[in-house]
Amino acid sequence: MKRKLKRAERRRQFRSLALIFPLLAFLCFAFFGPITGMLLRSVEDLEVRRILPNTVAALASWDGRDLPGEKAYAALAGDLSVARANDTVAIASKRLNYSLIGIRTVLASTARKLNALPEAGRAKEVLEKINPAWGDHATWVTIKGASGPFTSFYLLAALDLTHDTDGTIVGVPEEQAIYRDVFLRTFIISFSVTLLCMLLGFPVAYLLAALPPNRSNLLMIFVLLPFWTSLLARTSAWIVLLQTHGVVNDALHWLGIIDQPVRLIYNRFGVYVAMTHILLPFMILPLYSNMKAISPAYMRAAASLGAPPATAFRRVYLPQVLPGVGAGCLLVFILAIGYYITPALVGGGGDQMISYFIALYTTDTANWGLASALGALLLLVTLLLGFAYGKLVLGQQVTGGMKN
Amino acid sequence: MQGMMPGQAPPLVRFAGVQKTYDGEHLVVRNLDLEIRKGEFVTLLGPSGSGKTTTLMMLAGFEVPTGGEIYLEGQPIKHVPPYKRDIGMVFQNYALFPHLTIEENVAFPLSVRKVGKAEMKERVQAALRMIKLEGLARRRPGQLSGGQQQRVALARALVFNPRLVLMDEPLGALDKRLREEMQLEIKQLHEDMGITVVYVTHDQSEALTMSDRIAVFNNGIVQQIDNPHALYENPVNSFVASFVGENNVFSGIAQSIQHGFCEVMLSTGHKLIAKMGNVASVGSATSLSIRPERISIVSGRASVEMPNHLPARILKSIYLGDHALAVLSVPGEGEVVVKIRSDQHDLPADGQTVAIAFRPEDCLALDPVQTNLLAGASGQVGKITLSKSRTKEGSSYNVKI
Repeated sequence: MKRKLKRAERRRQFRSLALIFPLLAFLCFAFFGPITGMLLRSVEDLEVRRILPNTVAALASWDGRDLPGEKAYAALAGDLSVARANDTVAIASKRLNYSLIGIRTVLASTARKLNALPEAGRAKEVLEKINPAWGDHATWVTIKGASGPFTSFYLLAALDLTHDTDGTIVGVPEEQAIYRDVFLRTFIISFSVTLLCMLLGFPVAYLLAALPPNRSNLLMIFVLLPFWTSLLARTSAWIVLLQTHGVVNDALHWLGIIDQPVRLIYNRFGVYVAMTHILLPFMILPLYSNMKAISPAYMRAAASLGAPPATAFRRVYLPQVLPGVGAGCLLVFILAIGYYITPALVGGGGDQMISYFIALYTTDTANWGLASALGALLLLVTLLLGFAYGKLVLGQQVTGGMKN
Repeated sequence: MQGMMPGQAPPLVRFAGVQKTYDGEHLVVRNLDLEIRKGEFVTLLGPSGSGKTTTLMMLAGFEVPTGGEIYLEGQPIKHVPPYKRDIGMVFQNYALFPHLTIEENVAFPLSVRKVGKAEMKERVQAALRMIKLEGLARRRPGQLSGGQQQRVALARALVFNPRLVLMDEPLGALDKRLREEMQLEIKQLHEDMGITVVYVTHDQSEALTMSDRIAVFNNGIVQQIDNPHALYENPVNSFVASFVGENNVFSGIAQSIQHGFCEVMLSTGHKLIAKMGNVASVGSATSLSIRPERISIVSGRASVEMPNHLPARILKSIYLGDHALAVLSVPGEGEVVVKIRSDQHDLPADGQTVAIAFRPEDCLALDPVQTNLLAGASGQVGKITLSKSRTKEGSSYNVKI
């Protein structure tokens, strides 16, 4: 009897599992897989290990204080000549050059000039003669630091940090530090856009919730129409409108408000305008659904209890739309920090956000490690925000007193 | 109608020729004149769409009258916003603020009036004690039952000592037992505190239980304002007769009128004597209204000394515990319902031929039943219009024809 029940139960579970299997498989394939891959890439460090395996092995026992022993030099010479034969020196030197600028040429010239393997015991002498950099402590520390299999190098680099030769974490030289600025800029742009969306979206959502259905439906179409239009089309439309001899400038000129065209695009202003326009529905819709659920009876009750409209709004209405405001702001902010196309099209050089650099490293310079590290940091920020939202808003979500 | 006696204090609330239309065509409230004295419990009773809720909303300040004026303590208040009227209101769905605790909800009207901390605390405590919910002060409305929430709404509407308390079907969402309990509780509060209450309901038994006076609304017009007893015993027209309490209706033509009674001939030729209501004149159509409990069933020809008697046949009898109902068919008049005490051992047998009899004083000759009035009232048009109690569970012994 019991077994029968259990079997029926299992069959039921299996059926429901089979139903969600396509989605689950899709999620694993298109979501968890790539994200895990990205996270792995941001910490894995295999190029040097693959190209210079003997050197890495020889350096494993090196304490990192003085120059390594003869054995390491010999291993390097061997590895380099093999690499040269396989034409793979560039892969290792590209990776090493991230850590120590200039090491690429050292490696390349050494590989080129090393015609034959040096005799036993003389490897150090020969290599230092080819390039004196092999007598530098920093060169060897760099190779050891890049010997993998895992590294914090990319993640630190994404925060403008690096290991110095002693192994302590320090800031990179000022002229190389850019990512902290880019992160800061990304947050400033996202925050400003979120604020603008809230200021513009709140009254619209209120109107939507307050109007009778036939008119609110019409208004809703105006909200949704841009929402359904392609992002690229909308961004391009702003270029048409805002460019030097675009619609807005011409109109202002015709009205006599300006003499010279105002620069409205390819700067921060253009980014704010285009991003706010694109992200506005993401603010309006959660706000609207929140406001729609608030019975007008609350405001009436507040008025009957002696609260003037402003007080009633502040003390009765606002606390109840807070979850909607939180949801809208978070949605817009999370979407905004990942924005790439819009700032790339309507922004200037100083308005590019973090995603631009991720794209740059992925597609142009193929620095997958750094691209992944920047992506991982972005993901971390998003997760933290989501968590904070959960704590902040869902934790104190109110259960309505209204029965209907 | 109890008009104002000379020398009495001026009414607390006075509606003077108040009209309201939403669409500019149909008047939801037409020419309303109504006075409410201090300390009174007045109920606005009527079917949905009769204008009672609109009247309440105009008094609260959420709707502006299209015409006429409303006076509160002698002051016109048509253009005074609701938050300046000092009128407490209890809503049908409680409208307790879900983000505030019970305590904070009750303190709300005091805090917007900038009452001091110590006094506020004291008054909130007193209000919670009054509704016997001191223990739940820190809870949120969502954690309370419907009855508890309604008590909190009541406390919140009373805590600032308003000049007037309005209640818009406050018990509509509660079950029968709780509703009856709350009716008595609200009535008790009214008597203890001496507050003035304007109460809106469509439940006639609720209105009869609680009110000092009841204004019966239909089609935007107050049909009758009276105390419950007068309303039940002396309805001014057939709408009030059928809306308040249960009712049997016979239609006929007035034959003669004398000494406050008139003789009415039914379509079958039977003649009945009835007390004069608002029947127009000799020769005009009239509907006779008799309460089910005022009719007796007599067997055979034993009732010839009663002036009003009609032959009838028992269709079925329904046992209801404290009483029983007998449904009879009267030739030419359809079905008649009679309420009988259930301790009578001889519940009439189905199919038995009997006679029904009633005293002329218990039978009112009123205007003929107007279909449009009744359609608005109950959606049921017919000679026997029973069970006007439109409560959810009701004492609904609907008899359809």
